[in-house]
Order: sequence, then structure tokens, then C-alpha cells
Amino acid sequence: MTTVEQTDDTGVSPEATPEREVVLELDDLVMHFGQVRAVDGVSLSIRRGQVTALVGESGSGKSTVGRCIVRLVEPTAGTVRLAGHDVTHLSRRELRPHRRDVAIVFQDPAGSLDPRMLVGEIVAEPLRLQAGRLSRRERAERVADGLRRVGLRPEVARRYPHELSGGQRQRVSLARALMSAPKLLVADEPTSALDVSVQAAVLNLLADLQRDIGFACLFITHDLAAVEYLADDIAVMYLGQLAEQGSREEIFARPRHPYTQALLAAAPIADPVRQRSRVPVLLGDDLPSAMDPPPGCRFHTRCPVAVARCSEEVPALRLVGGGARVACHLVAQDGTGPDVRTDAPSTTGHPA
Amino acid sequence: MSTAYRTSDSVATAPVLDVTDLSVTFRTESGPVSAVDSVSLTLAPGEIVGIVGESGCGKSVTAMSLVGLLPGSARITGSVLLEGKELIGAKPAALRAARGRDIAYIFQEPMSSLNPVLTVGRQITEVLQVHERLSRRAARERAVELLGLVGIPSPRERVRHYPHQLSGGMRQRVMIAMAVACRPKVLVADEPTTALDVTVQAGILDVLRGLRDRLGTSILIITHDLGVMADVADRVVVMYAGRVVERAGIEELFLRPQHHYTAGLLAAAPTPGRHAGSHRLQEIPGLVPVLSEQPDACTFAERCEAASATCRSSAPALEPVALGATGAQGPHLVACWHPRGDAPPPARKVTS
Amino acid sequence: MTVDGTVALTGPVRPEASQASRVLRRLRRNPLAVVSFAVLAVAILVALFAPWLATYAPEQTDFSNTLAPPGTPGHLLGTDDLGRDVLSRIILGSRSSLIVAALAVFTALAVGVPLGLVAGYFRAADAVISRLTDLMLAFPFLILAVGLAAISGGSLRNAAVAIGISQIPGVIRVVRSDALRLKSLDFVAAAIVDGASDLWVLRRHVLPNATSVVLVQATVAIPAAILGEAVLSFLGLGIQPPEPSLGTMLANAQQFAARAPWAAVLPGLTIMVLALAFNVFGDSLRDALDPKASRR
Repeated sequence: MTTVEQTDDTGVSPEATPEREVVLELDDLVMHFGQVRAVDGVSLSIRRGQVTALVGESGSGKSTVGRCIVRLVEPTAGTVRLAGHDVTHLSRRELRPHRRDVAIVFQDPAGSLDPRMLVGEIVAEPLRLQAGRLSRRERAERVADGLRRVGLRPEVARRYPHELSGGQRQRVSLARALMSAPKLLVADEPTSALDVSVQAAVLNLLADLQRDIGFACLFITHDLAAVEYLADDIAVMYLGQLAEQGSREEIFARPRHPYTQALLAAAPIADPVRQRSRVPVLLGDDLPSAMDPPPGCRFHTRCPVAVARCSEEVPALRLVGGGARVACHLVAQDGTGPDVRTDAPSTTGHPA
Repeated sequence: MSTAYRTSDSVATAPVLDVTDLSVTFRTESGPVSAVDSVSLTLAPGEIVGIVGESGCGKSVTAMSLVGLLPGSARITGSVLLEGKELIGAKPAALRAARGRDIAYIFQEPMSSLNPVLTVGRQITEVLQVHERLSRRAARERAVELLGLVGIPSPRERVRHYPHQLSGGMRQRVMIAMAVACRPKVLVADEPTTALDVTVQAGILDVLRGLRDRLGTSILIITHDLGVMADVADRVVVMYAGRVVERAGIEELFLRPQHHYTAGLLAAAPTPGRHAGSHRLQEIPGLVPVLSEQPDACTFAERCEAASATCRSSAPALEPVALGATGAQGPHLVACWHPRGDAPPPARKVTS
Repeated sequence: MTVDGTVALTGPVRPEASQASRVLRRLRRNPLAVVSFAVLAVAILVALFAPWLATYAPEQTDFSNTLAPPGTPGHLLGTDDLGRDVLSRIILGSRSSLIVAALAVFTALAVGVPLGLVAGYFRAADAVISRLTDLMLAFPFLILAVGLAAISGGSLRNAAVAIGISQIPGVIRVVRSDALRLKSLDFVAAAIVDGASDLWVLRRHVLPNATSVVLVQATVAIPAAILGEAVLSFLGLGIQPPEPSLGTMLANAQQFAARAPWAAVLPGLTIMVLALAFNVFGDSLRDALDPKASRR
């Protein structure tokens, strides 16, 4: 049983090796659905033990990136490399040996568990599909271990999903995803459908598991507060492309892209004194269509500081001073540039 | 954004909305479910009051009962006075007249509440023609004016658009324009930004604030998002399992939460500058109970670390707390046998 | 974290049992469902024990006692023009009706469910199957029945086959749309990511979740089949005399309906009650299976 070896393997402290193995590598990933250019050239890599957040609003294409990685869809162009293997265009059959490298947790805790199956069957499914022949007892033991690991009692195995709360269901999803000891966990808005107190528990659990097991994690979300809590690195997506990418400290302390700045300014802080002293950055409501993205910088239609060049020339994602990568014409090579939170008129997109 | 708060005390007028001992019980297959228990709250002219709580706390049921939107299986008792007129038990015709003219409601999901085959202008003018008996031409002018009021750019063209031609944020703005078409005294906004992106949410919250400032509309906003609350509310009502557990001015509540549930909620939300490496989010163990009848006990006792025998045998009343300073935003009330007193605001646990 | 997990499970887990028992509970609370189920239970029991319940052989004639009205000693529901016992013929006739309906619906499901699943799940197959469905819907059911009767004669089996074929498109449609819905759900995606084959997904996830729509469709198809059998037999394309059938009884009774209305009314009423009971029960079942109808 190779799974056991893997568990031992991943049990090695991730800090031991400074240059950890690259688990996921996206190179110029493109995913078009007919006319819709959902993802349009995204490059990204994640090392073992690293949590990278893919942040964006609805329509940014962040979930599609996740679905390309787990190969629920076949990318239009570019490459997806999982643990060193190019899986971009593999068939379902050819993919099978690579399936255990990656798992996914979805947003909706109700829709991601088959209502006709017992929790035990749900958690055991990856084992049946991947672990070869296991006796009934071995399987039951592995399921019980899996449930315990996510803070559930093994008796939950005999329940149906609808008997559980949202938080418990999300724990079941996590237990199932971790069953095959994946090298990469894609977590697609895992806490967005949950209440604050439950969300806290799931975020804590995710942080604990990630630290203990050491898997790499692509955390797809729109929730900046959760990102700051969980992520090591952050990639900000806008209309199918990366706007900015960098370490958590860098992005939160010195956001360079006007969109990142606006996003940070827009997320309300749960503190009335601080929240009310902030200057709001109001972008127009009209997100351009992914079927017909604006020319030049895709953000220029909503950008408070856009200049003529922004609507003509596509900005490349380039490394600037401070170690972050930014796709904006207005950011200088040393990393300095405008800050829409202080420099711009407070309202844009609304010809008053 | 102004840091000033509207207060019920400084405006020494009668409340526009006065809810006393509102209770709602649903008949269900598995017996009665008590959704709201003896809720009392007031809304002064030009005030924004927030109801905050997690799913199942009864906040939406409370809001819907104010405008008569509950299904027939609901049994409603208590009193809801809108400018002195009783709404509970009012004749359907009287209720219909009040709804839209004196009290208006906006939903979380704007798309399902707009008619897809009518232009937005037509939908607004219909409201005006029914309630205000305006001529077609005058109603059309008002519609343009209203769209401008809610921050929709080039309103004269937008009135001719159909809902599907608008973005989610624009649709919510149209919903708000329809809701305030007849200048209602009270606007009930049920999770108005939950389905929207943060950059769009900021704009909608700005519109709500603008309505209060320009038209003097009183707003009751229902949300699970403490950040939203911190941004717009003057006073906050915290609900748990159908009851009001705490009521206070916004700053007071965040600074000195008295109920352990409120404190738990505040500590559960991830806030800026906190990362899993050094902090843990506070979890509230357990689940919100589904109650068939309200027990004579604190319903939070099972999940509360400060609970004593008293908490389990007797329900605490909502009473003013004796604190050093009485906030400028009205009295601070709490329903707790062991209020937190002057204990510092809950800090997130720091892991070594 | 462990605190939450353990406490959460000692806490109030909603006291809901499995879906089956929830559906049963809902059915029990609906008086219409109970009554229609009782009618169906009686009908099925009568059909099972028909040979013992029918006091006369259905073909047995009694020329001394023709067109006896209901209530005649020995003939509770009267006799027809040949002196055959109406009650016995109704009992055996409704048995035939139920057998035809069961065979027809079985045929329709056996063909329609797999085709519907495949059409909903595989986009490539959908085009072909959906066109085929349209074609079948455009083909008149009676002509099909006439054709079958012409080739191999009218019989219970041929009636069932003709009716079953006519019901296949309906089954394909509902199963296809449910498979389409289920295919897009996250638990199917999760299984695919774990390496599940299409067959695995169809068998373990799509089919079990589609059973409720299949069940509901069956309860709609059965009364349609009962009516279909009556029509075919009425026209002489189904069960052949002297074998009793509700349809042939109606056809036969036409000639003397003015003198002996009971010979026409009673089989007609039987058809109506059977079809109504299935329809009402089907509706109740649909309501009981609807997860959104919990608060009522």
C-alpha cells in the first residue's frame, strides 16, 4: 500500500528542505468556453507546504483555474504540471495514476456530498477508486482515522449528509479529500457558505491539517480576511488574468495594482472606528464581460487612475522592487506607483 | 464617510418603527419551530439599525414578519407599530397599502425579484403609478431621478434596459430605487450585499447611507457580516436562536460586547494582520439549537464557557448593563446572567 | 478543533431519519395519499387473488339470465347480454389491466432509464437520443398498436409492448433532465477528480439520485397504461374476447347500453377509479419526495 508510505513521506517537516519540490505549475493557462474567455494566460507555481490564495471576484475565472488543475475540464492552451507530470491533455484513463496527487473541496457543503450515500461511503470512495483492494475492515479503519483527523467522531460514518450541519459537512468533504494523501489540495471557496463561527473552525482546521500534513494548497476565495489568515502567497485575478502576485506580507502591506488596492479598501473591517475612518474606493459596478474583455489592461474601464496607454497596451506581469509581480503600466520598476486609496478621487465610474 | 452616528436619544422623536414582543412560530412536519421569541426593537427617524446573527437566529424571519412576507404556516404574535399604526393582524388591504409606501423591503437576490420581461423603467413607473397615482410622463421622470439617486450612471438610457442587461450590483441598485420610489419611512434590507462582490458591495452600502442622509429614510439592515455592520449601522441588535441577546450602539458593542455570544462572534472573524502561523480564530463550539418551544433558560448556555446553573434554569431578561459610561448611542442592553462587564474585547488567541 | 467536532455531535443533531422514512412519514400524513394507496392495495390484492375471488369463470354464459340488473341473487353486479357475471369479469378484467400496465411500464423503464441516463450524461449521445425521442413522440401510438396487431395479432402482450413503447419518450425525457442536473453537481465532480469512470458515476451517483423521478414517472405512466389498454381492447387491438378486459366490456356494452347501463358504467367506473388512484398517489409521492416542501 503506497498510501502509507506517502503519509510517512509527507510527515517530514516541510521546513527541513528550503527549496521544496514544486507541486503545481501552471504555465500560461488558457481556458475558453466558446466565446467566454474564462482564463486567459495564468502562470503560477506552488511548492510543497505552501498555501497560495487565488483571489478574485465573481467572473474572474478563479474557479475555472481550479477546475483545470483537477482536470474537470481540459485547458484550451498552456500547461498544467502536477508533481512534475504534464497532465494538461491526458485522457480520463491516463489521468488515473495522477488523481491521487490532487484533491478538491468545493464551496457548497450540501452539493458536494451525495445525499444518497452514508458519510462512511462518501469518505471511502477515493479509497475504492484508488487504493486497490482493501478489506472491509481496513477500509472502515481508514475512514474512521480520516474522520477523526478532521475532528469528527467515527460514528458520523453511519449518518447521511442531511443529518449534519454545514460545518460538519465541510469537515466530511475535507476528510474525503485528504483520504488519498494528496500533494495538492484545491480548496474552492471552502468557507464561503458557512457562518462566521463555523467558518472560524474550518479555517483553523485547514490551517492545522496543512501544517501537520504539509500538503500544498490552492485556496480559491473572494474573502480577503480569510486569505490573510491562511495564505503564504497571494495571486489576485481579474477577468481571467493575474493582476498581481506576491507574498502575503507584501500584498497586504504594499498592494501595487490599483485593483488589489481597491479590493483591500472595499473589504469592510469588523471594527466601526477603523472602518469609518477609511476612505472608500468606489469602482463602477459594471464588470466587463469575459466574452469581450476590454483591450489593453482589462481593469482600465474601472480603474480610477487609468491613463490613455492602459486602454491600448496590455501590461505584462513583471517582477518589481519588493519581490511582487504586478501587471500595471503605472507601477515603476522599483515598485512605486499610484495608490487609489489616497491619490484618486473617491468615486469613479459614475459620471455624476 | 462620516464618523458621526445617528442616535435615538439625540433625535428626541418617537420611533418610526416600534417592535414589541414579536414572536413567530412555524408549523412544520416535525412539530412547531419557534423562530422568533419576544423580539423588541425600535428604529428612530433617519437611523440605521442592524440585526446581526448567524443562520437560524431568526433575523430574516423577524424582517419578513415586519412586511407580512411570511408563509401561512407562521403564527405571529406581538406588536409592530409603524408610525403608530399596528401591522400585526392588520387587514391584507391595509398591509398592502403600507408595504411599498410606508415600509419597503429589499432582498438578497435582486434578479429573482425583478421581472425579466419588463424594462427597469417600466417596473419603477408601475410602482409609482399604483401608489402615487402619477401620470406616465411624471412617473418616467421620477424613475430617471431615482436611478440617478441610487448611483446608476446615465439613468436616462438605463430606464430602457431589461434586468438581464444589468450587472448584479446595478440590479440591486434598481431594487433599491424601486423600494424607495414612494419615499417609505422604513427600508428593510435583508442581506442586501451578500450575493455581491466586495467592490460592488461598497457602492451599495454607500447608496444606503446616502438614502438616509438625503431622504431621511430609516433603515433596518439584516446581515451576518460584522464588517458590513461596522460600516453602516448606528445601532446593532444581536440575535441568537430567535431571541435578542444584546442591543447597543455600534462602537459600544464592538468595544464592550457584554454577551458571550457577541464576543465569540467578534473573535471568530478573521481580521487584518492575523495569520494562522501566529493566531487562532476563536471557535464557538456546538450548533445553534432548533427549538420547538422557547425554554426558560439561556439558549446559548450549552455553548457558553461562562454558563452556570442559573443560565440553564432561567431565561435572562434583556436589561440595561451598568457600565462606567452610557454610550451616546442609547442604552446598552444584554440578556445574560453573567455579562462580560469591563472585560477587554475578546482577543484572538495567540499561539506560541 | 477537536472540541468542536465532539461537542458538535453530542449536540442537537437534527432528528431526521433517512429519506425513505421521511417520505413515508409525509405520505402517512396526507389523507389523499392514504386513501389512494388503500384503493391501490385493494386493487392489487384483488388482482392477485382474482381466480379465487371471481365466483364465475369470466367466459361462463347463462342465457337464462341475460342483462340481469345489479343485485340479482348470485350476480351482485348483474350480468351482460350473454349472461356473464359482471363482477367476475371486472375482477379479471382489472387484473389484465394491471398486468398490461405493469408490463408496459416495465418495458418503458427498462428502455427509457438507460437511454435517459446516457442522453443526460454524454453530450455526444444526447443529440442522437433526443432526436429519436422526438421521432417517437411524433409517431402515433394507435398506428403503432395497429401495426403490432396486424403483424402478430391482438394480445395482452402486444398491447403492453405498444403502450410501453409509447411511454419510452416520456421516461427518457425526465431521466435525461435529472441526469443533466445531477451531472453538474459537485459530488459528481469530486468522484471524477478521484478517478471515477463514467460507468461508476452513472451507477453510483446518477442512478440512485434519479430514482425519485423514475418513481414519480412510473406512477404517471401506470394510469396512462391502464387507459391505453382500455382503448386498445375497446378497439379490438388488445386483449381478445372472450378473455375479459375492461376495454372489451365497454365495447360490448355499447350495443345495449340503454337497456343495461350497468354493464358499461361499472367497468368504466373501475377504469376511472384505478387511474385516479394511481394519479393521486403519484402526485402525493411527488410532493413527499420534494425536499423543498418541508415547511407546510
